[in-house]
Amino acid sequence: MPQVSMTVNGKATSGDVEGRTLLSSYLRDHLGLTGTHVGCDTSQCGACVVHVDGEAVKACTIFALEAEGAEVATIEGQANADGSLNVIQQAFQDHHGLQCGFCTPGMVMSAAALLKDNPKPSEAEVRAYLEGNICRCTGYHNIVKAILAASGQDVGAIAAE
Amino acid sequence: MYNFEFEQPGTIAEAAAALGSEDALALGGGQTLIPAMKQRLNAPGTLVSLSGIAEMKGVCLRDDGALSVGGGTIHATVAAQAGAHYPALAALASHIGDPAVRNRGTIGGSLANNDPAACYPSAVLGSGATVVTNTREIAADEFFQGMFTTALGEGEIIVEVRFPIPEKAHYEKFVQPASRFALTGVFVAKYADGVRVAVTGASEEGVFRWSEAEAALSGEFSAAAIEGLSVPADGMIGDLHGTPAYRASLVSTLTKRAVAAAH
Amino acid sequence: MPKDSGIGASPKRREDVRFLTGAGNYTDDINVNGQAYVHFLRSDVAHAAIRGIDTSAAETMPGVVRVFTGADFEGVGGMPCGWQVTDRHGNPMQEPPHPILAQGKVRHVGDPIAAVVADTYEQARDAAEAIDVDLEDLPAVVDMKSALAEGAPKLHDDLTSNLCYDWVLGETDDALVDKAFAEADHVTTLELTNQRLVANPMEPRVAVGTYERGTEDYTLYTTSQNPHVIRLLMCAFVLGLPEHKVRVVAPDVGGGFGTKIFHYAEEAFCTFAAKACNRPVKWTSSRTEAFMSDAHGRDHVTKIELAMDKDNNFTALRTNTLANMGAYLSTFSSSVPTWLHGTLMAGNYKTPCIQVNVKAVFTSTVPVDAYRGAGRPEATFQIERVIDMAARERGVDPIALRRQNFITEFPYDTPVALTYDTGDYNGTMDKLEAAADIAGFAARRAESEKHGKLRGLGINSYIEACGIAPSNIVGMLGARAGLYDAATVRVNATGSISVMVGAHSHGQGHETAFPQVVAEMIGIDESQIEIVHGDTSKIPFGMGTYGSRSLAVCGSAMVRATEKVINKAKKIAAHLMEASDADIELKDGVFSVAGTDKSVAWGDVTLTAYVPHNFPLEEIEPGLEETAFYDPANFTYPAGAYACEVEVDPETGKVTIERFSAADDFGNIVNPMIVDGQVHGGIGQGIGQALLEGCVYDENGQLLSGSYMDYAMPRADDVPFYTVDHSSQTPCTHNPLGVKGCGEAGAIGSPPSVVNAVIDALQSGGNEVAHIDMPLSPARVWQAMNG
Repeated sequence: MPQVSMTVNGKATSGDVEGRTLLSSYLRDHLGLTGTHVGCDTSQCGACVVHVDGEAVKACTIFALEAEGAEVATIEGQANADGSLNVIQQAFQDHHGLQCGFCTPGMVMSAAALLKDNPKPSEAEVRAYLEGNICRCTGYHNIVKAILAASGQDVGAIAAE
Repeated sequence: MYNFEFEQPGTIAEAAAALGSEDALALGGGQTLIPAMKQRLNAPGTLVSLSGIAEMKGVCLRDDGALSVGGGTIHATVAAQAGAHYPALAALASHIGDPAVRNRGTIGGSLANNDPAACYPSAVLGSGATVVTNTREIAADEFFQGMFTTALGEGEIIVEVRFPIPEKAHYEKFVQPASRFALTGVFVAKYADGVRVAVTGASEEGVFRWSEAEAALSGEFSAAAIEGLSVPADGMIGDLHGTPAYRASLVSTLTKRAVAAAH
Repeated sequence: MPKDSGIGASPKRREDVRFLTGAGNYTDDINVNGQAYVHFLRSDVAHAAIRGIDTSAAETMPGVVRVFTGADFEGVGGMPCGWQVTDRHGNPMQEPPHPILAQGKVRHVGDPIAAVVADTYEQARDAAEAIDVDLEDLPAVVDMKSALAEGAPKLHDDLTSNLCYDWVLGETDDALVDKAFAEADHVTTLELTNQRLVANPMEPRVAVGTYERGTEDYTLYTTSQNPHVIRLLMCAFVLGLPEHKVRVVAPDVGGGFGTKIFHYAEEAFCTFAAKACNRPVKWTSSRTEAFMSDAHGRDHVTKIELAMDKDNNFTALRTNTLANMGAYLSTFSSSVPTWLHGTLMAGNYKTPCIQVNVKAVFTSTVPVDAYRGAGRPEATFQIERVIDMAARERGVDPIALRRQNFITEFPYDTPVALTYDTGDYNGTMDKLEAAADIAGFAARRAESEKHGKLRGLGINSYIEACGIAPSNIVGMLGARAGLYDAATVRVNATGSISVMVGAHSHGQGHETAFPQVVAEMIGIDESQIEIVHGDTSKIPFGMGTYGSRSLAVCGSAMVRATEKVINKAKKIAAHLMEASDADIELKDGVFSVAGTDKSVAWGDVTLTAYVPHNFPLEEIEPGLEETAFYDPANFTYPAGAYACEVEVDPETGKVTIERFSAADDFGNIVNPMIVDGQVHGGIGQGIGQALLEGCVYDENGQLLSGSYMDYAMPRADDVPFYTVDHSSQTPCTHNPLGVKGCGEAGAIGSPPSVVNAVIDALQSGGNEVAHIDMPLSPARVWQAMNG
């Protein structure tokens, strides 16, 4: 069985995998990092978004072996060093940007990728960027609001504050 | 999905050799292939990942003025790097799939699959681009041979796509509400020697050139020039998301919009 | 100033921290030592007779533990229906058996034929491919009208037809209804479809069954909204297991929206197979599998007629609906088109004569059951669409027409079996008119027209009945379960409190909102209170979360249990302070004797309860723990008014939602932030129904919209920011908190306003379009304009 090695949230990991082992499966089943969720099988829902070498990818649509040697970041590694929520996570809590929590890891990872490239996105840019992240609970209102807030923009004027 | 041997060659030559074995299949970004494999629609014995081949990645301007895009270049790279030379191509790439898909999906993978609703085939056909493989060069007009069918031979690898840069161009995409693929998309490119109009998402034959519009636009490049022109509904795709007549209507509407927006 | 704690405050949700850090514990995150995996071989045809199943090759495949077929479940019960509807002639509905694995026939694409348990999931799937099933195709039964036609192929051979029931509510005398219509000055008639939807909680269903040989204890971990209901149904009706030997755990659940209420075959299978294989058995649904095995929602075809007098007063309403049950009766399927739909046909209006007829039909499709709103969206859509159409036909303002016919005096007995306890429909409409800036619409329309777009404004009212429901009444109506809920308030010696509740939180924020209530009652910090839910071994027998009932029903039980705790604590405090019980006051967590400066703190009393050295042991027992069951006296009746503004691209038919405003009356509100969030989510789903979503079968019963490639889920760029106002409040008169329920309102109230807005836009552009069936996809809108 092939072996794969990668750095996940700053820690070196390795394991025996099959060719067909998806990165999402490696994270969940091999490493026990169950924060990365799988919500569909057509690469659309985005619950599994992680960062591979700094870029957002759908962990259910990349084989573990394709991430050989990569730096992988998951939701479990997003909090600040002291364990407190990072700016994006905190904004999601402050603005009620999650309900059932299932899509949330992917939303947070996508939001982080967006803000890295576009530190002050417009509302339309946030909505467009979330094309690959489906949420069934929030109607997106508070997710968009949370991401705008995390970017340091004033969201006080947005309806239903 | 079925299990397979995974290989990740570092050169085109190695990849070609690996693809020579029985039941071997090339893996580009996997954004279409992996979901298909999850449904057990493919059973490759060996999956040959092309993502480790540095010589197949990147965007650059060739000496002949064409834009070269490596076959293994992800959509995000084209979106970020093609803009200075070919803004319509960069814009098209920036609306394929979603951001995470664009970080994996490649132009070569998209073209080899030739999904009838994919965006890239319209740019390649609309630009009269050349698809360069490990063995030959294929003109866009020869490359696309109907839904999910191309001129590629067994094990042939798209290593590069060369886009002649037009004076003006624009891709107008109307999304299918669920998949966000093109319900219909029209790529219009104006070259010194004429205008090309390529339509994706609409036809049962896959991407096609709308020659009637090309002729009219080559005479006068304005939305008014194609007022009243339409493609026949016959042969257009009819499905949950639109009838053939609707798609035919979109072809006209989107072509006009693409012409108006071309720059 | 907003409060910062207790009832009416919006503290940050405590559950968020685990969800935001990847530390949630969803069912698929649970792995039990030694577990095997099951893969279900499902029918790929809609209707066929099973002539034979050969599992011999599969049984020898690598890793295979055991292969099950329907034959392994002979003598085991089938999946039960929890509500027996009585038809218009007094006969019980036709109720076909629903086996765990198909027996004799398959009746929809996705119907499970066999199940392979193996060491790995992929091995199970490999072996399933080696099962040889001999199917003899039978004609699919897809269209409801055809299914009821004379000589139609029967889905269930033992039934007389594909008709489940023919049910009538309201005025049963056809002649009286005919007379009301004959005397009308104007009748508006609308035929419409409320399309089939798939609930699509983002977490697919999962079940893990375990069995301990030594103790004969079973545990089922499952993605459920109501673990006690699952345990009762599975033990009593399906597997015949002793309830006390079965534990059902629903841990963090990634959304439900109704589709995780029901008891599913996969749950019973994993429990059964855990013993049969002597190994834990796990099933994780893929999304593809979910599309063909999760109960679907809606799917009504309706003709509605509204009669008006010369002054536009509503005089009669008649509605005839075909309701799709799918191939089998899912847990609450039969109640949705009847008691959750027909009873709402009065809407917010004082229409004196109403007749509702529903024919429920079996078809070779996935079973249909409750989905967010469950019957009330179907009722609201009909009423609010036909009123909008009537306003156009009569040339009157749609808001004025509604106001003129609003019920304004309460309590109000409707002609369709409900008593609305309270409401203020003009009040919410006033709030809506302000929130939606309806006065500014004309200017916005002019602006849109400058850009070549058609702009429309749609409004509607809605009312719903939730907080389901008085057990004695629902029992008379056919429910086979009680619909109370329960809470245990366990005060610990140090004063902190665990509240064990029957309600289940799968996004609703109970862990944050419920403590606000208890904290307010006792006067201690919310952080001292923990909510325990989702595990039958820990919580009292409550009925779970659906029908917007958690706070109204379970919250009421929690209030009652807390009252009992306070009463007992006062007795202890009285003893400690040598005063009379009646003189003890509790404020801010301190007990004091009225008119004196004597006091003892909450913590002193709770410690005394568990260290009863100085304690009135002859009068009361030590300890401080109370349970209450609460059975509501009536439904609650949230109501409101919604407005939607759309732009339509006349060339492509593309509809864009430009503004969406909601004014709801939820009575008293415990956590406004969470209530806003519930409304947002409901509106998102309502917009999804109106514009995007539709589950479609072809004539052969093949599911055309079987993945997110064809089933359009709303995305962030499909919706705008919403304006939500819930300041118009008429508290519920019969529960202790005066709360009504907010979970479904958004999904109930929003679809008609979207459709009304699109029709308004098209008519403003000179298109004589009276109605378009949902979803109003670009293609359908274009077709309506170019038909």
